[in-house]
Amino acid sequence: MTSFSSGADGERAYLCVQDLSKVYATHDGPVRALEQVSVRARRGEFLSVLGPSGCGKSTLLMIAAGLLRPSSGAVSIDGALVTRPRTDIGIVFQSPVLLEWRTALGNVMLQAEAKKLERTAARRRARELLSSVGLSGFEDKYPHELSGGMRQRVSLCRALIHNPNQLLMDEPFGALDALTRDQLVLDLQQIWNERRMTVLFVTHSVPEAVFLSDRVMVMTPRPGRVDRMIDIELPRPRTLAMRETPEFASYVREILDLFLARGILREH
Amino acid sequence: MAETENPLAQSQGVDIAELEARMEGSRARRERRARFRQILYPFGVVIGLLVVWEAGTRILDVPAFLLPPPSAIAVSFIANSSLLLFHGWITTAEILLGFALSIIVGIPLALAIFVWPAFSRSILPLLVSSQAMPKVAVAPLFLVWFGFGLLPKVLIAFLIAFFPVVINTAVGLASIEPEKIYLARSMGFGAITTFFKIRLPNALPAIFGGLKISITLAVVGAVVGEFVGGDAGLGYLLMVANGSMDTQLLFAGIVALTVLGVALFLLIELAERLALPRHIIAGDKAIRDAA
Repeated sequence: MTSFSSGADGERAYLCVQDLSKVYATHDGPVRALEQVSVRARRGEFLSVLGPSGCGKSTLLMIAAGLLRPSSGAVSIDGALVTRPRTDIGIVFQSPVLLEWRTALGNVMLQAEAKKLERTAARRRARELLSSVGLSGFEDKYPHELSGGMRQRVSLCRALIHNPNQLLMDEPFGALDALTRDQLVLDLQQIWNERRMTVLFVTHSVPEAVFLSDRVMVMTPRPGRVDRMIDIELPRPRTLAMRETPEFASYVREILDLFLARGILREH
Repeated sequence: MAETENPLAQSQGVDIAELEARMEGSRARRERRARFRQILYPFGVVIGLLVVWEAGTRILDVPAFLLPPPSAIAVSFIANSSLLLFHGWITTAEILLGFALSIIVGIPLALAIFVWPAFSRSILPLLVSSQAMPKVAVAPLFLVWFGFGLLPKVLIAFLIAFFPVVINTAVGLASIEPEKIYLARSMGFGAITTFFKIRLPNALPAIFGGLKISITLAVVGAVVGEFVGGDAGLGYLLMVANGSMDTQLLFAGIVALTVLGVALFLLIELAERLALPRHIIAGDKAIRDAA
């Protein structure tokens, strides 16, 4: 059993989101995407944000990356306020966002070029990363020659080559088939296990969130608020078989009950 | 099902490696044949049309000043080859200068439209109305302003050819997944690096699309300019041939213009293939798929 405490109050938080609200001005009037969201994450913690579509979870991630400005409230990293795009992170979107004119290796190297890493060492590292997610032999393939799962793996490698402090993932496996998805979840767990970077993982898959996380933050439908924080106290590393255990099922049950109570799910 | 009729029973004896080799062999044969057909069919059609044309004009005894047979055109083409070459050079120069001007003016204009919304708002309506205006109508005006030399032809070619460059470049630069820009910002790229590493390469296929349209339009522009007032060039030669009822030469000039247009188009396509290596891959794949 892990000894993770439910909050980060005792120790200094790495990521600190304080009273965050985001309102979008649209043609149909203002839309409240986030309302008074506060959350803290410890260094090395795997935190999932789980909620229905449109609950503002992607907005939260974009604000945490410094790519969007909050309407009110603030995000701080290690006590420093986030006011512009953070470059110390790795980011993975739902689509792989690869440059079509670069090979798999070239796409991973884009991050290295941005960080001005030493070229030879970076190339070696990029190859290692690619092979660690089962892409050795595909380094010189262009994105259109790769499957969806392979492309997302390249995207993951690109987010990791500079050893980021934090990994931000916005529904990264949402567009993949179930089997590929399982494999990537296992790959991600392995990578996290080796490096223990702080992860903010946005998803709408309940089992995925339970399987990967130290804590799951369940959000309400729009406007997104924190509904419940759930500590996942399953031993690590987690295995596929663990998904069939009563403990796992009870976490899933808890979240589904919450969704039923909020009217996100309906059992007719 | 009875065991003797089981179709699976037969296939069990087949060696898979041998089957693979056989499939590979037949695939290679199919591809070779498909490639051959790709060349054979269009050539066959052209040759067929020429034969019908030749036979038709001879059998029906069509006067040569109305429709000369292909053989007569070929004879005229060879007899006048130095004349065609001389005038062809001049037209080529006009086309290339007009095209170059389209790039030199069009791409910076598209950039300005892209980065500067106020400029885009004020210039785009003007640009669009300049395209609605028939350029042939302005040609005589250019003649008055710039005389009979090379300049008015180059300007008309430019005026017709620059629009697709501007529009395709602007659209190419603007149409990009927002995530790519987010990614660039989170990686720490500045505006200029983002432009050269991401936006511009992202726009290149669209830009080349515009250039390919532009080069064919530049041919039209140059010929229009020569029609209206010229003393040299293939367009001028066409007018002279027409005036002296030398229909063979007229056709020879048209053939020369067509060859010139196709050659210039292929030149741009070659540049595209050199600039975008992945296009070759994609093109090859499309041909394979089609076959």
